[in-house]
Amino acid sequence: MALDKAQLAQMLRTMILIREFDELAIQLRVAGKIYGAVHPYVGQEAVAVGVCSNFKVSDRVTSTHRGHGHCIAKGADIRRMMAELFGRVDGYCKGKGGSMHIADFAVGMLGANGIVGGGLPIACGAALAAQLEGKGDVTVCFFGDGAAAEGEFHEALNIASVWKLPIVFVCENNQYAANNAVAVQHPRVDIAAHAGAYQIPGVVADGNDVLEVYAAAGDAVARARRGEGPSLLEGKTYRWHFHAMRATPPPETRPSDEIASWKARDPIARLEQHALGAGALSAAEMSAIRERVKADLDDAVAFAEASPFPDPKDLLVDMFAE
Amino acid sequence: MREISFQKALDEAVAEEMRRDPRIIVMATDFTGDPVKEFGPARVRFTPISEAVLTGMGLGAAGCGFRPIVNWRMVTFSFVAMDQIVNQASKIRYMFGGQADFPVTYRCTTGGGIGLAAQHSQSPYSMWMHLAGLKIILPSTPADAKGLLKSAIRDNNPVVSFECSRLATVTGPVPDGDHLVPIGVAEVKRAGTDVTIVGLAYYVQEALAVAEELVREGISIEVVDPRTLVPMDADTVRASVRKTGRVVIVDEAPATCSAASEISALLVEDPDTFRVLKAPVRRVCAVPVPVPYSPPLERAALPNRDDIKTAVYAVLKDSLRPV
Repeated sequence: MALDKAQLAQMLRTMILIREFDELAIQLRVAGKIYGAVHPYVGQEAVAVGVCSNFKVSDRVTSTHRGHGHCIAKGADIRRMMAELFGRVDGYCKGKGGSMHIADFAVGMLGANGIVGGGLPIACGAALAAQLEGKGDVTVCFFGDGAAAEGEFHEALNIASVWKLPIVFVCENNQYAANNAVAVQHPRVDIAAHAGAYQIPGVVADGNDVLEVYAAAGDAVARARRGEGPSLLEGKTYRWHFHAMRATPPPETRPSDEIASWKARDPIARLEQHALGAGALSAAEMSAIRERVKADLDDAVAFAEASPFPDPKDLLVDMFAE
Repeated sequence: MREISFQKALDEAVAEEMRRDPRIIVMATDFTGDPVKEFGPARVRFTPISEAVLTGMGLGAAGCGFRPIVNWRMVTFSFVAMDQIVNQASKIRYMFGGQADFPVTYRCTTGGGIGLAAQHSQSPYSMWMHLAGLKIILPSTPADAKGLLKSAIRDNNPVVSFECSRLATVTGPVPDGDHLVPIGVAEVKRAGTDVTIVGLAYYVQEALAVAEELVREGISIEVVDPRTLVPMDADTVRASVRKTGRVVIVDEAPATCSAASEISALLVEDPDTFRVLKAPVRRVCAVPVPVPYSPPLERAALPNRDDIKTAVYAVLKDSLRPV
């Protein structure tokens, strides 16, 4: 499945947008323009983009506390995302959710989630809905290596396998659950190995290679669309920044040579090299993509800043449906 | 009017709603009767024992256009799904800014009195009331059980249906046809003038029995059943207490941070009710202890008719004005 120029450009643009969105979010949090916690996705862009490039709008995803990348890759509007970070009424959740609860049901993004593993059961429900609808839609559940130690992970894989749900479990193994290295938490560092216990395919992909992720996810998504059930796809990747920040970024505790070795495998640089080498994109075209991303982010911030704060009189709006 | 059991009334509610709306699916480890025969295996799902994933699947499928009914069987099993109940179900609509509805019904049995010991005799509805995002029904009669469960299934929000174990075999009249009881509407089960007893679930029946006994002593009891805990129909409860001036609240959950405590607060915080109280509010609740197994111990832990009568006498004795 060779990708054409437009597809490569779209992938590159989305990866750069994800990275720059979260680099900007860090700056905005330090500047006090946004609130709460920021969990940057920087470094992991190839996973969200490689997976979601296989999608239709009617496919659905669930996300995690580190969810901005999944939102952008699934087609959410960065202006409304930014407005949500700013706590404004034009945000996706009207300012009620913030970074950890961004959702856009209109594009099949069923929500970030502040609880590790919390999205796995919800994703299974979305997959059950797709199975009952019978239109061939697929659900992808993003989670981290930390979630593989949660009971919800095992319950979800078990029932998805038994019921042959059209779901792809995508583990982004970024080597750390919060601040604990993966080898400290798991007897095997390959999360995909759990697939064997549930008799579903388990595949490890280079999570810093968007084309490899795209191909591996493509196989899993196609299998789910055919009604053959779930798969577990593990993308080995790395987050460049801290687990989470509040007012200021916390000090780095991971080995500097480890960080350097992963940065040398920068997923964006690798895609750029591929595109250049294949003659698909020129340096000038890639430069234009970066400029366009910067302009789009400036526009998103302007949109967010222009949006009003919610009125406290609307505190109870959206509690219950009619 | 025909008389059927509480359990049969609940089963009828589900079956009638499933006939009415093909988007309703049910998930549980087992079912009464053979619903697969009528509704097929796609809509009637026998599940692994996986409360957390089932609870979340209910939300996920609801957010994608279906109307799942997840039966935890006993409320005590739902504690395994606390993340999905507390962090997800009760908050998901609000925290996403109302962009989707989550019409899911969670069913469970509740309460003690049938020898199931510490874990399976709990009545933890106040834990769910505290979450401010779940509707909660707690019927006391077969008719209310059917009508409220049907309303719960039609509601566009997560609703928890607490179904009292001691009432399962109790029979009562249930209207034919599409019998609905609205969520959030209490009912005066017996009119009286001297003391209001607010009962929950099984203790509505017990309060009615006590009321009948006290007629012989010239004491007129009004029995009020909230029927729904969230949203609570405070107006109906307050109106009764404003009439009688005295109230005893009876439930089998321990009193600490309980539904009974909440009802008490709703009464005394209301100036118009507080002003006409003739005696302090009394709660009759379980002893704060894990419910024990041996029958004499279990009876000692849970409220009984004598406890209710004692409280009625106390609010009459405590009264600033005589009867």
